Amino acid sequence: MLAQRATQQSLRRLVASRPTLASQMVSRKFAAPMAVMGSSLTYRPVATQNLTPKDSYEILVAQRKNRPTSPHLTIYKPQVPWILSGLNRITGEILSGAVYIFGSAYLIAPLMGWHLDSASMAAAFASWPVLAKIGTKLFFAFPFTFHTINGLRHLSWDLGRTFKNATVIKTGWTVVGLSTASALALALLV
Amino acid sequence: MAALRSSSRLFTAARPVFRTQLRAFASVSDTHSTSSPVPPSQTSTVKEPAADPDAKIKTFHIYRWNPDTPSEKPRMQSYTLDLKKTGPMMLDALIRIKNEVDPTLTFRRSCREGICGSCAMNIDGVNTLACLCRIPTDTTKESKIYPLPHTYVVKDVVPDLTQFYKQYKSIKPYLQHSAPAPNGKEYLQSKEERKKLDGLYECILCACCSTSCPSYWWNSEEYLGPAVLLQSYRWIADSRDEKKEERKAALDNSMSLYRCHTILNCSRTCPKGLNPGLAIAEIKKEMAF
Repeated sequence: MLAQRATQQSLRRLVASRPTLASQMVSRKFAAPMAVMGSSLTYRPVATQNLTPKDSYEILVAQRKNRPTSPHLTIYKPQVPWILSGLNRITGEILSGAVYIFGSAYLIAPLMGWHLDSASMAAAFASWPVLAKIGTKLFFAFPFTFHTINGLRHLSWDLGRTFKNATVIKTGWTVVGLSTASALALALLV
Repeated sequence: MAALRSSSRLFTAARPVFRTQLRAFASVSDTHSTSSPVPPSQTSTVKEPAADPDAKIKTFHIYRWNPDTPSEKPRMQSYTLDLKKTGPMMLDALIRIKNEVDPTLTFRRSCREGICGSCAMNIDGVNTLACLCRIPTDTTKESKIYPLPHTYVVKDVVPDLTQFYKQYKSIKPYLQHSAPAPNGKEYLQSKEERKKLDGLYECILCACCSTSCPSYWWNSEEYLGPAVLLQSYRWIADSRDEKKEERKAALDNSMSLYRCHTILNCSRTCPKGLNPGLAIAEIKKEMAF
């Protein structure tokens, strides 16, 4: 035990006094296995470098400029929560957009000589082909029904309720079903 | 030494002879080209190892980007593994690819049991922890692995979470109490008060929920995101914390909290089964009433 420790210590001292010898010993020791393994063993020379915090920060800043943004909307799995949320926004935009566009058109109609009063619009709509009528009705009916019924979900969430994943999915599909059915009813029956 | 040198000279003298012979062997003469070549598969006596008929080969497409070659665009690289030789989880597959197929593949991992949050990534379109995500055994479907969505990529599937951690720091995630504890040891709370922290303290800050939130994708500079808001509520709900009003005041602006539009991707994706959406709703209620 004692002899072993003495040998170890003397070896360490030798290494400390003559580092070149130590590196030779190491290379001799590892040369043989490397030769045996041949090309399957890849050799990577590793060198370290002392950097001040400022220098390393500059390297980080330079690297950050190159970093790409990972893909998001295009790769995320289509799921009830975010698809319906997106639909809620789109339907809201269609509804409010229609109000704004029609409102401003109605405002400038006398200046431009347009006839946007109810009677003339109803007469114009009545002259359209059936498919165009139903299509136009659906285009406005679905956003209206979806946005209204989905709004109930949002009211419930604002009260801190129906937050469980299963409930969110269930209510989501319910809204899709109800709004589609009522939109069809509005478009076909009314 | 001298003997060695002389023998080497001997070889140099003989070398031209060898060279011409070698050349004669190696050259292809036109006279032999007419004979039909036999494919090596018929001449070889050693058979190729047959593919394992029971192998369940699954393909993984993994997002790759190397900061050392920044001009190259990020790409998807495909790897195939035999699921019979791979562990059950996505992290097992990643580790096996790194060990046996491609050592340059880079990803974060540590605990392999869903408690450190290092291996958060987008697997088959959903953010989750690779160590808690089973590999779908359906080998006809190919799995896709991306880094957490809308993050800056450090390398391959390693995202830069600096902003996320800064935001976490900004909500002062520690107990704020001015006076020393009444009993000189610790601040006590009732069982009911403690129960309010269930579903909040388990969060491991893996950033799965924040990076699943479209609102956070577009506004991550100012909106805190579900994970940090859940943590914020963890301290607002804590009966021992004295800075409840200050915490609420810090969130009282149009961006920090109210960019949440209850999309609820956060609750859907949380690998720990927590509900950040509910926590945010509770903060909104506290602010409103």
